[in-house]
Amino acid sequence: MNDKGKIIAGIVIFFVVASFPFWLNMFLEKGPAPELVLTPKAKAAEKCVRDTQFMTANHMQLLDEWRDTVVRKAERIYVNAEGKEFNMSLSNTCLDCHSNKAEFCDRCHDYASIEPYCWDCHIDNPKETK
Amino acid sequence: MNVKYFYSFLAVAALALIAWVGCDLLGLQVLFGVILPYVAVVVFFVGFFIRMMDWARSTVPFRIPTTAGQAKSLPWIKPNKIDSPYTTGAVVARMFFEVVTFRSLFRNTRMRVNPDGRISYDLELWLWLFALAFHYTFLVVILRHARFFLEPLPLPFEILEKIDTFIQIGHPIISMSSFVLLGTVLFLFFRRVYLPNIRMISLASDFFPLFLIFGIALTGILMRYFTKIDVVAAKELTYGLVSFSLPTMARMQEIGSIFYIHVFFVSVLLAYFPWSKLMHMGGIFLSPTRNMANNSRAVRHVNPWNYPVNVHTYEEYEDDFREKMIEAGLPVDKKE
Repeated sequence: MNDKGKIIAGIVIFFVVASFPFWLNMFLEKGPAPELVLTPKAKAAEKCVRDTQFMTANHMQLLDEWRDTVVRKAERIYVNAEGKEFNMSLSNTCLDCHSNKAEFCDRCHDYASIEPYCWDCHIDNPKETK
Repeated sequence: MNVKYFYSFLAVAALALIAWVGCDLLGLQVLFGVILPYVAVVVFFVGFFIRMMDWARSTVPFRIPTTAGQAKSLPWIKPNKIDSPYTTGAVVARMFFEVVTFRSLFRNTRMRVNPDGRISYDLELWLWLFALAFHYTFLVVILRHARFFLEPLPLPFEILEKIDTFIQIGHPIISMSSFVLLGTVLFLFFRRVYLPNIRMISLASDFFPLFLIFGIALTGILMRYFTKIDVVAAKELTYGLVSFSLPTMARMQEIGSIFYIHVFFVSVLLAYFPWSKLMHMGGIFLSPTRNMANNSRAVRHVNPWNYPVNVHTYEEYEDDFREKMIEAGLPVDKKE
């Protein structure tokens, strides 16, 4: 049996499929670069709850901890390493400075194709009241 | 302690150490994040082609399909179309189910000697189950990584991610596939360690890929859930790799070393793939016992490199010795 032609055809198909990251991007419309825009208020504050490096990588974990602390222990005050106090609230603390969701949160989330379920409740819905 | 898996384990641990020292202490992010991945991808594709062509050149002189059902014979005997394929279409169907559902592995049995001395063969489905889970979760994990290479992510990948995370445990939401992958790798490893007969036939080349895949899954899980990395910086690098527009060196250094260990593991796996048992990925399609139609009763298959052989037939023999045979009283076909 001589099936070299069929085998090469199969290999070529596999190679085309397996190399999809290299050519599929040509058919996709690239979104905006993940460059963040800080609001004047965020710029004025200079420092977030923790340092920037920690916030970039860990903000989702921090928010998760905040949620658990508020909902389960009813503690609303977060004290950071410098002893500064914050109200543990996404809507009232985070989004107070970073009120530009489209130019701040969404830029990176869209770039990394992440759809956090925070927005299922927050922002578009009425602000939470004390 | 078994030398075969201990050395494989040491090899993988050494790889992790090399990537960690290289990136964390020596700052060789370009080597581990750019050069080695490109080399690995090229080695993978070239090696895959070489191995497949090596098999394509190999001769398959005989029809040797292994069957597990009634072959097509008389019209009133019902043939088993998939387990004893007769046409090319049936071969394709058989191959499809072999690749997609591992039917051969489903027939895995274990021999047992009962207390009364009788032998019985029991279905042994754990390997089939875990192998199936392992391969499918690995595929899902690979496809989920498309989000690091495509921008924006096409809808099918998003749907896959939604399905994979639908339980919504924790934050970031747990992807079931990562943990099933880790668990099944552990099963495949402990199977080779605990079953004496399997341990006996296991080689270092069986353990090394298992440890390597375990390392890949573990570093991936660590990055996603525990020691976080800057995902956007990571995507800038991975997207840069496939679109040939790399980020700056400073940006590459912002990604944690664990990312480079992960990428180094994957590079090693890709480069190792074509030269290892992992080539069963391509080899399954070239298995003569699976990819041939069982039609030897209906079709005469002539060995393709048969050359004309000089034979001395009985007629010629009789021509040579007819007189002597008649003289000796032996029966002959033609009496001059």
